[in-house]
Amino acid sequence: MNLTLFLLALFDGIAYAALVFIVAVGLTLIFGVMRILNVAHGSLYAVGAYLTASLTTFIVSAGLPPIFAFPCMLVSAILIGVVIGGPLEWLLLRRIYHKPEVLQLLVTFAIFMILEDVQRLIWGTQPIFQSTALQLMGNVRVFSVNYTVYQLILLPVVAVALLFGLRFFLRRTLSGKLITATTEDREAAQAIGIDADKVFLLTFIVGAGLAGLGGALASPTTSILPGIGADMIVLSFAVVATAGLGQIEGAALTALLIGLGRSFAVYVWPETQVLVPYVIMVAVLLVRPEGLFGSPSARKI
Amino acid sequence: MSIRIIIPIILLTLLALVPFLTPGLQILLTLALAKGIAVMGITVLLRSGQVSFGHALFFAVAAYGGAFTLMVIPGADLVVVFVFGITAAVLTGVAVGLFVARYRFIFFAMLNLAFSMIFWSILEKFYHYTGGADGMRLPRPTVFGMELERGPYELIMFYLALIMALGLGWFSMRWLESPTGQLFRTLKTNETRLQYLGMSPQRVMLTGYVLSALLCGVGGIIMGLVQGVVTPEYAFWVRSGEMVFIAVLGGAGSVPGALVGAAIYEIVRTYASAFAGDIWQMVLGTFLLIIILFAPGGIAGIYNSVMDRIAGKKEDGE
Repeated sequence: MNLTLFLLALFDGIAYAALVFIVAVGLTLIFGVMRILNVAHGSLYAVGAYLTASLTTFIVSAGLPPIFAFPCMLVSAILIGVVIGGPLEWLLLRRIYHKPEVLQLLVTFAIFMILEDVQRLIWGTQPIFQSTALQLMGNVRVFSVNYTVYQLILLPVVAVALLFGLRFFLRRTLSGKLITATTEDREAAQAIGIDADKVFLLTFIVGAGLAGLGGALASPTTSILPGIGADMIVLSFAVVATAGLGQIEGAALTALLIGLGRSFAVYVWPETQVLVPYVIMVAVLLVRPEGLFGSPSARKI
Repeated sequence: MSIRIIIPIILLTLLALVPFLTPGLQILLTLALAKGIAVMGITVLLRSGQVSFGHALFFAVAAYGGAFTLMVIPGADLVVVFVFGITAAVLTGVAVGLFVARYRFIFFAMLNLAFSMIFWSILEKFYHYTGGADGMRLPRPTVFGMELERGPYELIMFYLALIMALGLGWFSMRWLESPTGQLFRTLKTNETRLQYLGMSPQRVMLTGYVLSALLCGVGGIIMGLVQGVVTPEYAFWVRSGEMVFIAVLGGAGSVPGALVGAAIYEIVRTYASAFAGDIWQMVLGTFLLIIILFAPGGIAGIYNSVMDRIAGKKEDGE
């Protein structure tokens, strides 16, 4: 493997890890606060990607400057959080918090099934490719390798900003502290006057919005086709489980680990690229069942 | 004899006579029975409070096992194909089970999904061996050394599926009532108590898991042999989701419910696909939500409450 290939694999890995982290952090945030694994998270990612592509195509064809492709991403992410995420929590999930975990899983799985078909109904089964944002930012030359600025600089910057932003939000702001308190002990939080329902709704909207943002940012880099949602939920679950459910900083590191592992596999042994994330996950879970950064929970007797 | 027992007997008799009364339904019901057997695997797991989003894995492993057997030994006997296919599913069940038996709920469901997605991508990527997305053919095997025409072969497969469904259904129900089965169900009610009794929950879980893999395997091999071809779609999450859906529809934890649910599901799907082919997952998801929120007992629950009402009325009349 020469330097050029090594750099290419490294850059691929970083860009991919940034995207996966953005999606996975939403999943782990929702789980950390609500103790629900949102199986439909991957679908929200896919809808985010589709929506951004459509909005961008619309703007370009309307003759507006292509720079508007970037606000489109933010708009899609917010729409996904508020228009899909909000009602889901409010109308459905709120009914099942006291039900057995199996039923909670089944409900989000049912939402996943529904959303997969909704995508196909709206956007069809033909792959969609819309790379305006990618082309707009041009390329950068590092040593002997040409790489897109979008993937090499913008995506990692967004991911890192998100990581620190989220840390700041949860530890330093009032809303963040309310969320942390509810996570620690819901009843005690309610007893001192925190509106837990509101906290859950807010968390789910933010989490769903992050899935949408991941999809929006991914849309210029790949062709969007049915099935990317299913791939993404399994992959981001692998990241979140390897890190330990609910671990935000851990998710960043495992996303990098899995992203790099996958991109090096592409150059070394392409057939195995899909397997690498799961091999890493299984290897970690065999040694540490609670994940790399999770701590074993105390058993209730 | 109470009406609660008479109705299933009538239904079973009608089912056994299907090839003579309505031959058009024969293939459909063979596939429904195959799926029903696989769904029983999910049902068994539900009794321990766990759900798996990846049991199509064992369904596909058995069918591919059968296809490889027929490739290596052309014209192999049905029994050989059957045994090899199921052995493959059971061995995979032990290997995966050793890992996932340590987990419950979210991890259990999602790790199963991950394993099935891994197998699915292996099937798609290593097309030199697996035929890729086109899958592998399962040429018609000989039956006890006899080369059969299509008609008799399909008839034999129908009765094989029926016998397997009844036999394995009976076995699963007995197993759930057996000491091991009781321990298995304790995983749902109180796993800690199991540990206090000196039992290993992992080992109990593994036993149940292998049984569920076996059931899915039997379903898969019958499905593959009847359709004559197996594709990676056998291992796709859509099929796992379908199996979970039927298990919940039939009544979470009810073994006969799994079979009835599968029959109803297949028949509805065959006739509804003309109208709702594109939105099938959506229809399933919506029904899944409705059942979970409003009729958590599924078909078995509805049947029992109707029967209770009839029995109650009789007692009033006497």
